[in-house]
Amino acid sequence: MSGHSPQDYGLNAWPNNLKTEDGKPYTPQAYVPPHPVLRWIEARLPIGGLMYGTAVSYPVPRNLNYWWTFGGILSFMLAVQIVTGIVLVMHFTPHVDHAFNSVEGIMRDVNYGWLLRYLHANGASMFFLAVYIHMFRGMYYGSYKEPREVLWILGVIIYLLMMATGFMGYVLPWGQMSFWAAKVITSLFGAIPVIGDPIVTWLWGGYSVGNPTLQRFFSLHYLLPFAIAGVVVLHIWALHVVGQNNPTGVDPKTQKDVVPFSPHATVKDMFFLCAFCVVYAWFVFYIPNYLGHPDNYIMANPGQTPPHIVPEWYYLPFYAILRSIPNKLAGVAALFGSIGLLAFLPWLDTSKVKSATYRPLYRQFFWIFVVTCILLGWLGSKPAEGGYILASRVLTAWYFIHLLIVLPLLGKIETPKALPLSISEAVLKKTGTVAALVGIVALAGLIASSPSARAEDAHEQPKPPGQKWSFAGPFGKFDRAQLQRGFRVYREVCSNCHSLNLLSFRNLADKGGPEFSPEQAEAVAAEYKVPDAPNDAGEVGERAARVADRFPPKFPNDNAARAANGGALPPDLSVMAKARGYERGFPLFVADIFTQYQEMGPDYITAILTGYEKAPADFKLPSSTTYYNTYFPGHAIGMPPPLSDKQVDYTDGSPTTVEQYSKDVSAFLMWAAEPSLEQRKRLGFQVVIFLLVLSVLLYFTKKKVWREVH
Amino acid sequence: MSSAEPTRRDFLYIATGMVAALGGAATLVPLIAQMNPDASTIAAGVPIEVDLTPIAEGQAIKVFWRGNPIYVSHRTKKEIEEAQTVDVKTLPDPQSDADRIKKGHDQWLVLVGICTHLGCIPIAHQGDYDGFFCPCHGSQYDTSGRIRRGPAPANLAVPPYEFLSDTKIKIG
Repeated sequence: MSGHSPQDYGLNAWPNNLKTEDGKPYTPQAYVPPHPVLRWIEARLPIGGLMYGTAVSYPVPRNLNYWWTFGGILSFMLAVQIVTGIVLVMHFTPHVDHAFNSVEGIMRDVNYGWLLRYLHANGASMFFLAVYIHMFRGMYYGSYKEPREVLWILGVIIYLLMMATGFMGYVLPWGQMSFWAAKVITSLFGAIPVIGDPIVTWLWGGYSVGNPTLQRFFSLHYLLPFAIAGVVVLHIWALHVVGQNNPTGVDPKTQKDVVPFSPHATVKDMFFLCAFCVVYAWFVFYIPNYLGHPDNYIMANPGQTPPHIVPEWYYLPFYAILRSIPNKLAGVAALFGSIGLLAFLPWLDTSKVKSATYRPLYRQFFWIFVVTCILLGWLGSKPAEGGYILASRVLTAWYFIHLLIVLPLLGKIETPKALPLSISEAVLKKTGTVAALVGIVALAGLIASSPSARAEDAHEQPKPPGQKWSFAGPFGKFDRAQLQRGFRVYREVCSNCHSLNLLSFRNLADKGGPEFSPEQAEAVAAEYKVPDAPNDAGEVGERAARVADRFPPKFPNDNAARAANGGALPPDLSVMAKARGYERGFPLFVADIFTQYQEMGPDYITAILTGYEKAPADFKLPSSTTYYNTYFPGHAIGMPPPLSDKQVDYTDGSPTTVEQYSKDVSAFLMWAAEPSLEQRKRLGFQVVIFLLVLSVLLYFTKKKVWREVH
Repeated sequence: MSSAEPTRRDFLYIATGMVAALGGAATLVPLIAQMNPDASTIAAGVPIEVDLTPIAEGQAIKVFWRGNPIYVSHRTKKEIEEAQTVDVKTLPDPQSDADRIKKGHDQWLVLVGICTHLGCIPIAHQGDYDGFFCPCHGSQYDTSGRIRRGPAPANLAVPPYEFLSDTKIKIG
């Protein structure tokens, strides 16, 4: 930095125009190394001065509101993702045969592995939540306008890199959604004329999505976050050259308009970051699978697409745009166009006034745009049929109309309110939110009540009834006796067809599980035979299983399992309780965040086990080896009714009914799928309490620091 | 202000800083703990049983326990005698043969086959002392697995083991 300032090139960037109160040029306080050793280093590498100038003395507008703290939150989330990601890589195996199981190994065996994985998986969602708030804040306050165009474009590049990174990370656990996401997203490039197909083959490293694809995605998923970090450095550099925007959009003029970055902005950022972490912790510890999809707990199967595939929530609006256009190339072009257009916002928005606070018309259109994006996201999660398609088309059209027509026009026709002369003079009023809220509710109601949307409910099947589970809620714990009974049901009934591949016998004695005694676990293991190591002659014999062994598979391979079960493959039950779910619907799915509803799986399993009935007269079963089940999707299930009253003896006096068996085995399978559930909720309580205490402390610290300013 | 009594404001700052530091420290726990052996590794590290009947006199076999090579050596009369007659006080790491075997099982020598120098596997029945010779840096061990010459600082370690019967041992 050889002393050039933006002004040398005719650009009006405020940090260099800032004046002291008596009109002299304002220079931020310089760094004085407090120790001779630091002075020695500073003379040779002025890193102390760089850091001091960047994070301590750098002036920021004094009127920044809490929406401005999301830049710091984003830096924090990037760091969290990189740290937890590097740690997860130590236990992950990027191979189609091992990826899924190694992720389950992280969840079950690695010390705090469940915590690290849930931090990483939910961290991605928090990262995107923060980036969307950050982007909408930029749009509301016109932060992309001169002189911040490059700053904004760098942000769009970071967002694109985040999308690529998040997508490739989602592929790594090699579940069903992973696989089909990889397939669908890479196939987007097939829309390119002529060279599309060779590009897709090149991306896959084969003729289909396979091991080479997984390995290159793993490599790139590790690389891209560091690329993001690099662009973030440029983003912050550009920010410090042109200075921060602020809620008035009026540049700071004198020292009175600014405060030093530290401690003022730092402590404010830290307070809000801590509060944000409460939300993050809520997801990680209490509803860790809320934002995921049950299908991704089923191992990738290249021969079967799940009936309803959806991307992660943060891609949903773009997915809706893609699906709304009935032409492959045009759909892909619209998808990429909708993101790419954001880079041109500085020129599409023709108004000279930055902040929506002083643009009464733009403010309304801004909120309509926000609602459009949210509704597109909701539509992206819905099946592409009926009224949903029409609604997607209307909103997709509006998305582009807003960016391409409304924004350029508004700048010409709108009469902005009078701008304040300076920040110190500005009196900020909260307005416009009511109108916006009315808009949101009206639009949401319009779509939810449209006849086409409700038509879908008619042929929907009944939802599994909600059961009372001892392990639900923030203080939930498994009922040991129930888990032990459930294991009995599994062993005497389910295990005749279903395997439990991911569980080891030792788990039966683990804390937080059925808590059999170690001797009981050993006795169970001894009843099973596993292949022994080859002897000196190379023959492979059998030996009794030990507690360290996993439950051996019932059948040697899938074909043998199919042959023995009338052609239907009995799925492995290890993660079944997380691999099944059902559509919760609005507004239940919103309430689930607060009620911590995570028992979709056990509710569903109980419903299936108790849902066998005689087929109604107007329902024809497709074959004689299928059975009618009220709760099974499509009603025709290949599994014969497995349970009958008095089938399994209970020694603790519990009722020996199908209903009781079903609940017990569902609870057992919930534990099998999530053995760390109790530890997770216990630690979660401690973490949330800690974060609340720290938030309060930081709030008061912030108030003290800012007292002199206000 | 720097030398004055701590004020209420300072107390708030200190309390906030300390609580934040506590949280930062607690965050390190899972990040460090995850690198320790996981539950499956610990469970797989249970004792193993070795049948001694196929091991002929003068033969040494290698088995693996917790991923490490364990030598089970069926010593000859000559080897036993060499191990027992040496003047213990002259050894770099003085230890009598009796302390390295189980009483009444003089012919069985069970050792962790890892050179105490830098971790290579010494070769059995080689070197100037009839015992073990490490090809990496030339350490020589005798017929009791004791260091006699070379850079290794200590005798080959004896793993925990016991005789379940005259022909079966349990290592671990």
